[in-house]
Amino acid sequence: MLSINDLRASIEGKEILKGINLEVKPGEVHAIMGPNGSGKSTLASVLAGREEYEVTGGNVVFEGKEILELAPEERAAEGIFLAFQYPVEIPGVTTINFLKTAVNEIRKYKGEAPLDAAQFLKMVREKAKLVSMNDSLLKRALNEGFSGGEKKRNEIFQMAVLEPKLAILDETDSGLDIDALRIVAEGVNSLRSPERATIVVTHYQRLLDYIVPDYVHVLYKGRIVKSGPKELALELEEKGYDWIKAEVEAVG
Amino acid sequence: MSTETIDLKTRLITDFHAREAVMNGEASSEFHQKKRAGLARFEQLGFPTIKHEEWKYSNVRDLISVSYDFNAESSIGLAELEDLKVPTQEANILYFVNGRYNEKLSTIISPTGQITISSLADAYKNDPAKVASYFNELTKDADDAFTALNTAFTQDGVFIHIPDNQSVEHPIILRFVSDAREKNVGSQPRNIISVGKNSHVKLAEAFRTLGDQRSFTNAVTEIQVAEEANVQYYKVQNESENAYHIGTTQVRMLDRSHFYAGTVTLNGKFTRNNLNIVLDGEHCDAHMYGLYFPDGSQHVDNHTVADHQKPNSESNELYKGILRDKSKGVFNGKIFVRPDAQKTNAFQSCKNIVLSPDATMNTKPQLEIFADDVKCSHGTTTGQIDEEALFYMRSRGISQPEAMSLLMFAFCADVVSQIKIDSVREYLENVITQKLASK
Repeated sequence: MLSINDLRASIEGKEILKGINLEVKPGEVHAIMGPNGSGKSTLASVLAGREEYEVTGGNVVFEGKEILELAPEERAAEGIFLAFQYPVEIPGVTTINFLKTAVNEIRKYKGEAPLDAAQFLKMVREKAKLVSMNDSLLKRALNEGFSGGEKKRNEIFQMAVLEPKLAILDETDSGLDIDALRIVAEGVNSLRSPERATIVVTHYQRLLDYIVPDYVHVLYKGRIVKSGPKELALELEEKGYDWIKAEVEAVG
Repeated sequence: MSTETIDLKTRLITDFHAREAVMNGEASSEFHQKKRAGLARFEQLGFPTIKHEEWKYSNVRDLISVSYDFNAESSIGLAELEDLKVPTQEANILYFVNGRYNEKLSTIISPTGQITISSLADAYKNDPAKVASYFNELTKDADDAFTALNTAFTQDGVFIHIPDNQSVEHPIILRFVSDAREKNVGSQPRNIISVGKNSHVKLAEAFRTLGDQRSFTNAVTEIQVAEEANVQYYKVQNESENAYHIGTTQVRMLDRSHFYAGTVTLNGKFTRNNLNIVLDGEHCDAHMYGLYFPDGSQHVDNHTVADHQKPNSESNELYKGILRDKSKGVFNGKIFVRPDAQKTNAFQSCKNIVLSPDATMNTKPQLEIFADDVKCSHGTTTGQIDEEALFYMRSRGISQPEAMSLLMFAFCADVVSQIKIDSVREYLENVITQKLASK
């Protein structure tokens, strides 16, 4: 589904990603872990098409298509979804209106007719239930004055509505208490299917108690330095990142 | 060419004297004496140049370089209104074509008797002393040539008198149409509105143009807001590419009254709005919202004044602008806090999005505070569209132009949502959506 080959990217002349290789197949959940500043969020941003980053090498193939040349909205329409670490507050645009525009823009991209208001509302209500999203939040301006938990839940709700093939969760656990974390994780799990894949970017292991990964990768200094089964996450939780750093320095 | 060489000022003064000569007894009336004083003031001040501090960024040279017919007849009827796509609503709707009341097109539905809603000319015929006593009372000390000019040439406009304890159920919508299909036309409407104690009313002034010759509107509105009254007042300008508009709204508020102003400039070649609010009472609150959206080489200038004269009152101001192409915007917001006006709260904010490197915005907050126990704040921002918000929307599949439109619509919404007359707000939403889609 997703194939990242020797991906290099920099911002303001500073190289952050120094050759990332990763294969993700349908149905899989991959966790990307690593210490602060290792490039985890950069990887998520580059995949979604954030323009501040300059891709300096490598390629990314998603469902047989080179995506680095595509605009962010085209990637979204192809089925890539990024749940933001810091969801943006947009005063004046209601969540419901924002999502209706998004759904119909994606349908337009695919050559499908727009959903009418009734169809859209029905679909949105079902998805809201899935992530225990309060109807009143839908009518409010997008993320404006939302608590940290409400913002993250809104991200997962949007994901449920847009039904991406590949979801990238960027530090979705940050700023969440345990109850909010569980609700968000349940939402993500309910969307898991043999056709969909998920990349979970996180600093801590605790989210992975709820969203159990098939593979864990450790990113350090812009490279994936270690990959393993889900137990690797537990090991990291117990021992921290220093032993990985030491291993890398010893080799490097 | 030869007719154009007589400048507009001279032409107007000559015109005034010519009219006066055929007035007979009416020339000695209080009303006319006020007009004559207005002419003298205009003669003394003359049209402002950019050397005048209040006109530094707004040059009227182009405006006064041609002559205008201030008495142009118009055959405008329902068909033309259809062309203008005027929104409908159950409301008191008064039409003024080239500055004069058009009874045929107008509808007054609020019960007459207690509440007076009529043209100024009709009101004057019925009760000259009453109209004369209100006329130019709020603007008599104005140091502004255009206001003085309007005073000198006042013929028509609206006269609204609401006694105490009245709640006017239906909004009052004043539609000013310049019929510039055949020639350059000028109009100088004067609106006199007095709202009694504890009375409530919603008003809108809408300015439109028909045809593409030049139009020059020089409008003055005086609004008296008595104790505990609540007034919602909106001004919407959607005029032509050849429309020049100078307008002054002068408001006086008494104790515990509430006044909301919304000033929206959607289109017009050259627009200057003066909104002057005197908070002459305690525990009043004045709210000023503004929105301007120029493109091409349009020019929009908003000058506002919140003049706090008594203690314990509040003023709150938010102006927003989106500037495209080679357009120019000006915002000058004055807040005066007089020595007696302790415990004043005054807030002012002006936010702009400049979408083109050739567009310019000049903002100038001006606070003059003579009391010591006050809370005042002001802030202006001028920038581009929020890139982070744009990326967020695009990452959800919304194309860049669509995302821009949504963000700009949202930017306008803070102001538009303050408009409490449904048909006016919906009209604004439609026009703004169309404008956003046009580029």
